[in-house]
Amino acid sequence: MTWVLANLEQIWRLTLDHVALSVPPIILGFLIAVPLGWLAHRYRPSRGIVLTVSGLLYTIPGIALFLSLPVVLGTRILDPINVIVGMTIYAVALLARTAADAFDAVSNDVRQSSVAVGYGPIRRFFVVELPLAGPVLLSGLRVVSASTVSLVSIGSLIGVSSLGYFFLNGLNRRFPTEILTGIVGVIVIAVVFDLFLVLIGRVLLPWARDARPSARRGRRAVA
Amino acid sequence: MNSLLGALAWLTDPVNWSGSRGIPVRLLEHLGITGIAVLVAALIAVSLGLYIGHTGRLSFLVVSTTGALRALPTLGLLVLFALWLGIGLGPVIIVLVVLAIPPLLAGAYAGVESVDRSTIDAARAMGMTEWQILTRVEIPLGLPIIVGGLRSAVLQVVATATIAAYLPIGGLGRYIFDYLTLRRFEPVFAGAILVTLLALVLEGVFALLQRLAVPRGVRILQGSSAARGGIGRAERIQLAAGSLDGDAPPGPPGDRPDPVPAAPTSSHPTQ
Repeated sequence: MTWVLANLEQIWRLTLDHVALSVPPIILGFLIAVPLGWLAHRYRPSRGIVLTVSGLLYTIPGIALFLSLPVVLGTRILDPINVIVGMTIYAVALLARTAADAFDAVSNDVRQSSVAVGYGPIRRFFVVELPLAGPVLLSGLRVVSASTVSLVSIGSLIGVSSLGYFFLNGLNRRFPTEILTGIVGVIVIAVVFDLFLVLIGRVLLPWARDARPSARRGRRAVA
Repeated sequence: MNSLLGALAWLTDPVNWSGSRGIPVRLLEHLGITGIAVLVAALIAVSLGLYIGHTGRLSFLVVSTTGALRALPTLGLLVLFALWLGIGLGPVIIVLVVLAIPPLLAGAYAGVESVDRSTIDAARAMGMTEWQILTRVEIPLGLPIIVGGLRSAVLQVVATATIAAYLPIGGLGRYIFDYLTLRRFEPVFAGAILVTLLALVLEGVFALLQRLAVPRGVRILQGSSAARGGIGRAERIQLAAGSLDGDAPPGPPGDRPDPVPAAPTSSHPTQ
């Protein structure tokens, strides 16, 4: 506890670094995955491609992905951008499938009714399909948020600053308090993010309080 | 691009294919660590999942373990156990087992749970014992989903076994961490390529196994009509299990008489 109090400043700084690495992938992942999911839902040929590619990308182990991105992107190997892009890829891979299932689950009767009362395709998407897919998208986003926050700490293995620094430094110094501080910090961030997403859901999707998610698989945090 | 060519050159150099640090040895170490961890986790989680699925008891366990563990940083857990138990295979296996339990548990539970209630009632009406219902009806019909849980577990463990090499335990991750600090990036990239290939191959193998696990009768049914209703619920459970506080716990099926004790692990598909 003394260590924690003496190092509050560093803990706060690394927490901010951790948040800064986690937020862009969650937001970008959502913005990219929703259109992809919709394409997969709407056009049969694209479904196989989107789902297969995202499944394969999701299979790549995190550390391997972070290390391969400099080769693909031409970035420096220790650039934080690699972690952000890598986590965004995971977020898209996970959410695209969820989004496809979410749009599939929108009742066809509702869709046809909206056509019948004269909604064009764009208005239909934003006013009918997206809100109705919302609860499932939200549950997928919560899974993505939790696994992103926990996975970002792997970036410390390639020198990208986050709460993961405490894991490696704590191991070097044989100091469990430091490691525990990092673990608790990560969990706190994950819980705060989750509560925030739930709150957004309450505000934007007030009708969906007890909706049940129904997407295919919310599996694993890839390490 | 140069680093990619360097990695390929490193990969094709015969020197790196022999000796105790050679690629075959590191690959076997990686597979060994993964295999032990998944096996131990399966002994615990699959039997528990089958028990929960069959009896409908303790189903909250599935949701709570899966949800809570997602936010737990594996790397932190790994170094913490290494510090407590001393650096070695022990702490690594423990952390990997902890990691593999949620998907295996969710898969085994959801597999049994996905079986149509009326099918089970029919089996019971024909005079099958609870044990027969589990082994001849619920496990065969739920097998694709059970294998799906195994697939997720294996992928997670393979990926995490890579970072366990930081400690340093063996495995393909050693190429990454041994050379990263030396700034020799050819072996680092080669290691990343090898780990990715391993993960992709395992994913392919388990995708195939999952397909083969569909009983012949069910396959015929799926071909002829939309017999997919039973899968929806299981999938819902898997995602429900994924949310952080698990706010959508699957309702347990009605209480049934004569619950059997936990199934022995010999019923696990990998054996």
